[in-house]
Amino acid sequence: MPGETKSDLELAADLLAGDERAFTEFVNAFHARLAQYSFLMCGHREDAEEVAQETLLKVFESIDQLRDPARLKTWVFRIARNECFMKRRKSVFAPKTELSLDDLRPAKSGDGESHRIEIADRSSLPDDLLLDAELRSAVANAIQELPDTYRSVVLLRDVEELTTDEAAEVLEISPESVRTRLHRGRLALRQQLDEYLRTRTHEGVRHER
Amino acid sequence: MNDKDCTRIFALLSEYLDGELPPMTCVEFEAHFRGCPECIQFLDSLKRSRDLCHQFGKSIATPPADEAAMANLRQAYQKMLARRRAL
Repeated sequence: MPGETKSDLELAADLLAGDERAFTEFVNAFHARLAQYSFLMCGHREDAEEVAQETLLKVFESIDQLRDPARLKTWVFRIARNECFMKRRKSVFAPKTELSLDDLRPAKSGDGESHRIEIADRSSLPDDLLLDAELRSAVANAIQELPDTYRSVVLLRDVEELTTDEAAEVLEISPESVRTRLHRGRLALRQQLDEYLRTRTHEGVRHER
Repeated sequence: MNDKDCTRIFALLSEYLDGELPPMTCVEFEAHFRGCPECIQFLDSLKRSRDLCHQFGKSIATPPADEAAMANLRQAYQKMLARRRAL
C-alpha cells in the first residue's frame, strides 16, 4: 500500500500486543484509504464512510483470529470488498459488461499498415503530471466509469498497489484473471484520461512539475 | 512495422510495464519497440495513465475518522484485547 512503512506482520504483531500507537497508526493509515476505495467501488460518499467504519470494526473485533498476519492488508481489503457488496446488493446481479481488446486498440489508419495512436501531445505533457484537484477528479471519474469487473482490479492493483497475487486473493479469482482484467481496465482508463488530457492541454491549462 | 507483432505485444503491454514477463520476452519486445514508434507512444500513454492511478492512491483526499468513530473502534479493539488476555 502506498506510504506504508511497517510490514503487515509487524503491524499485526503490534496491534495484538495492545500497542495504542499501532492502533492510531492503523486507523490513520487505513480509514481514509478504505473510504476512498469504497467510494470508488460503491459510488456513494455515505456508503463509503460506513464501509470504512464497518471494515475497521470487523478488523479490530477479529484480528486475533487472523490465521496469516503477513496477509493483513489482503484480509482488510477482502472485508471491505464484502462490505461493499452488502451495500450494492442490486448491482451484484447487474449484467456484467465485458471490455474487448479490439475496442480498446487505437483505430487503424487509412493505409491499413499502421495504427493511429490517439494520444495527447507528448511534448506538452510532463511524465510526472502534478495531480491537482481537477486531474484528481478526472482520475476518480474515469475509474468510476469502468465496469465493476475491471474497476475492482484497477483499484487494488493500480490505486492500492497490491501485487497481482494479493489482488487475486482479495477478489477470489486467479492471478491470470487479475492480469487480463487489469490490462483491459487500464486500456479503458488510458482512453478516457488521454482524451481528458488532450482537451485540457488544448485549453491551455498549465501542467506544473 | 509488423502488425502481427503489434497485436501480440498490445495484449501483453500491462504485463510488460509491471515487469511480469520473462526476460527473453522483454528483450524481444524492446527490439520491436526500437522499430515501432506507434507501440512506444502507446506504451508511454498507458504508463502515464497507470502512474496517475499510483499518484491518485498516494494522495488521499478523504478526511480521517472523526472522534465518535475513533471511540467506537477503540472500544472494539479493547474488547478484542480483553478477550485475548482472558484466554
